[in-house]
Amino acid sequence: MAGGGATGGSVQTDTYAGARGWLLLPAWVTLGILTLAPLAIMLVYSFLTKEFRGGVIWEFSLDAYDQFFFDRGLFGDAPPQIEWTYIGIFWRSIWQAGLATLLSLLIGFPTAYFIATRPEKQRALWVFLVTIPYWVNLLIRTVSMKFLLRDQGPLNEGLMALGVISEPLTIVNTNLAVQLGLFYSYLPFMVLPIYAAVERYNFALSEAAADLYAPRWTILRRILIPAVKPGILAGCILVFVPSLGSFLAPDLLGGARNFMIGSLIEEQFKGNAGNWPFGAAASMILLTMVLILLIVSARQSQKEAR
Amino acid sequence: MKRSLKATVAAAALGLTASAAAAEGKLVIYHWFEYIPQELLDRFSQENDVEIVMDTYDSNESLLATLKAGAIGTYDVAVPGDYMVQIMAGEGLLDEIAEGELANKGNIAPEWADPSFDPGRKHSIPYQWGSTSFAVNRDMYEGDINTTDILFNPPEELSGKINMLDSQGEVLAMAALHMGIPQCSTDRDQLRALNDMLQNAKVHWASFNSDTAKEVLVSGDAAVGQIYDGFAAKAREEGANTDYAFPTQGYVVWMDNVVLLKDAPNRENALKFMDFLLEPENIAAVTNYARYNAGVTGAAEFVDPALAEQPESNPPAEAGEPVFIQVCDRETQEVYDQIWTNLKK
Amino acid sequence: MATRPYDLRRYPGFLGITILCLVILYAPLLVVTIYSFNSSPSITNWEEFSFRWYVDVFTGPESDKFKQAAWNSLIIAIIAATTATTIATLAATAVLRAGRFRLRTLSIGLISLPLMVPEIVTAVATLIFFNAIAFERGLMTILLAHIAFCIPFAYMPISARMQGIEATYEQAAQDLYATRRQAFTRILLPLMMPGIVSGFILAFIISLDDFIITNFVKGAGVETLPTAIFGAVKQGIKPNIMAISTLLLAVSIVMVTLSWIIGRKDKTS
Repeated sequence: MAGGGATGGSVQTDTYAGARGWLLLPAWVTLGILTLAPLAIMLVYSFLTKEFRGGVIWEFSLDAYDQFFFDRGLFGDAPPQIEWTYIGIFWRSIWQAGLATLLSLLIGFPTAYFIATRPEKQRALWVFLVTIPYWVNLLIRTVSMKFLLRDQGPLNEGLMALGVISEPLTIVNTNLAVQLGLFYSYLPFMVLPIYAAVERYNFALSEAAADLYAPRWTILRRILIPAVKPGILAGCILVFVPSLGSFLAPDLLGGARNFMIGSLIEEQFKGNAGNWPFGAAASMILLTMVLILLIVSARQSQKEAR
Repeated sequence: MKRSLKATVAAAALGLTASAAAAEGKLVIYHWFEYIPQELLDRFSQENDVEIVMDTYDSNESLLATLKAGAIGTYDVAVPGDYMVQIMAGEGLLDEIAEGELANKGNIAPEWADPSFDPGRKHSIPYQWGSTSFAVNRDMYEGDINTTDILFNPPEELSGKINMLDSQGEVLAMAALHMGIPQCSTDRDQLRALNDMLQNAKVHWASFNSDTAKEVLVSGDAAVGQIYDGFAAKAREEGANTDYAFPTQGYVVWMDNVVLLKDAPNRENALKFMDFLLEPENIAAVTNYARYNAGVTGAAEFVDPALAEQPESNPPAEAGEPVFIQVCDRETQEVYDQIWTNLKK
Repeated sequence: MATRPYDLRRYPGFLGITILCLVILYAPLLVVTIYSFNSSPSITNWEEFSFRWYVDVFTGPESDKFKQAAWNSLIIAIIAATTATTIATLAATAVLRAGRFRLRTLSIGLISLPLMVPEIVTAVATLIFFNAIAFERGLMTILLAHIAFCIPFAYMPISARMQGIEATYEQAAQDLYATRRQAFTRILLPLMMPGIVSGFILAFIISLDDFIITNFVKGAGVETLPTAIFGAVKQGIKPNIMAISTLLLAVSIVMVTLSWIIGRKDKTS
């Protein structure tokens, strides 16, 4: 039961060992051509010389990585110091995405659990209830969310009418708004994997624990959550990683006063900077970071399982 | 269920091949969204028996990025802004229009016939032009708004209620006007001062957003918003009590231009289309639709008179000089990129 | 069971959180629906009730474009999600139920890769790649790109579900002389269904909503709903987009209700 979506969990059986190649072939072909090949191009680009206003010159260069880690002043001729700008941007994004993931988990887990414990016939309906909003474009949903959260928006007016607050809360253009936006963008990605895992959970385990006088919150913590951990991990990854690179919620709800990873990289390819190697290098650093994070968390959960 | 799914897939596959089929007499336009009335396209299509395919982009920079990533050679014409015409020409992405190839070239208004961004109009014709400045909500502030201090050194009641465009060019050009320095300054003291000034000004800014520049003014979320003249007019029409400012320090003008792209697959039709847009009546239809200004002689008589009267089109006598965004050389641009990164880090 | 004063499956507060979750999910949509009936062209100031923007959606100058875009989006989302879910299910079976093998970890890494790369990077890289192999951009390029990035989204819930299914079921089936294929289709697949459906839905909505990659790899004149909407928004958000969103919402609700009713009939008969 160890590991998560990222590690793929442990091998349970070798029933299909004979067909292994055929089962994996479609994934290898599709992703090999459509993901690995383009990514290899990007990796190469990160080591090339930038062409002014976008594009690359086919000459080896470490400038992109140098720019990421070393600060040479406004004019590029000061003695190099450690560059905190981009590390700061990465740290901010990780922090925001992490909080958004936590928020999604806190609300998504009970929701997923609740759905999975409905009578079987109702479950599909509840699942659809959670996913129907996602038929509406993310941009439109985010704009509407902003409308609700505005200083003079319905939320503030409602709370003031109820006497909960006397001054409108400023939510738009704060970090809280970004987290709410990210949470709203990716909630089903938390709910559905957890639902799929809890749905499979054998409640006899809970029964047995309860028979041994375990309080029910202890059962939740010690029996249920470990049992559905692959679902929780899958959900966290599906919310956390896209949140890292997302730019819509930070831009519209957070006010875009500061770069996030997504907007920083986008600026290199689509913005004024037009520095493709730097954008590629920043992507490679992000990719490495995420991979390390996943491997560490996978190792950790495998250790726990032993 | 299985069968219906198969049918859907088959139908879709057919759709995929059908739309890939090319027709004779084509014109592929790369354009901003909702920037040309459909009736006008239909008329051109009928008159010349040409099938029009239109694709859209969302910023000058993304137009450049897409073309440089390899899309050049699939489009015939595009509509870049002034500084982007110069950049694209420098990148070799534009084809040259030989003398005599455009029958209506003489229709270009004299003041737009030899612009700094495309001397002699070798690659482009005027499409629409307007200005970029800022609008102020009059319910929140009654004082003088015709100064760039409103953006960079705002009075207390406006601090924290300012939305800037999320665009390096527009913000830094405005900042240069505010400080009275050249846009592509290479003077280190000036550049340092510009960097510091922006850092201090940022404290007063609530957000950077181009897409909702109009909405934040209408909803009252922002009291001041950097904005294009046409959008400021629309915000006013939607009920925002805003005035459009013409700072005494100067303001930004822009012009979008139809350019002939290099390796255009339908060069003949592209030229026909440019000639078509140089007819006063046709370009006036665009103006009436987009609410900006045409750069063609004789277009005025076909333009909605209300447009000419709106305050956004009539700078007061004391307004500063309108300037285009300038294209800097590589070394200077890198410093400006650094300043922008510092501002947004 | 009777000895316990409470139901083990229930946790106090979970219902409350679920309701809160649904309120958060639907509140912005309520705004969308209400303002789609606003007569003024503003999306923030209410004027009066009107069907103006619905008329505009069907007869306005952009109606054909939006209809085509919506159709493209649906078709692409359905095909991409179906293909990605199939590929993900097969891959999950290989990774979890085909013993240990050398390429296993690498395969898992490859499957999660599209998720780890920021979209804008995939977008630029894919465009450069398609150009390099001289593949003409069109609906087909969008579809291919979508299939690739949908795979991890489909894979995660499927894999999470499969880890919860003990191998004993299939082993028992094989002991009773079921072939490997039969064990897969008759035992594993039905047990996997909630995971597969979850995976399909995630892949579907991620494809339906994708803007960045689509915007780069689409061919001239080909629009999906997100690219059409993002383009339109550059000229200011108009209520016709709210009307389109409301219509899509209505379509999805009708489809879900229909499939539920059909599903119920199947079970009762």
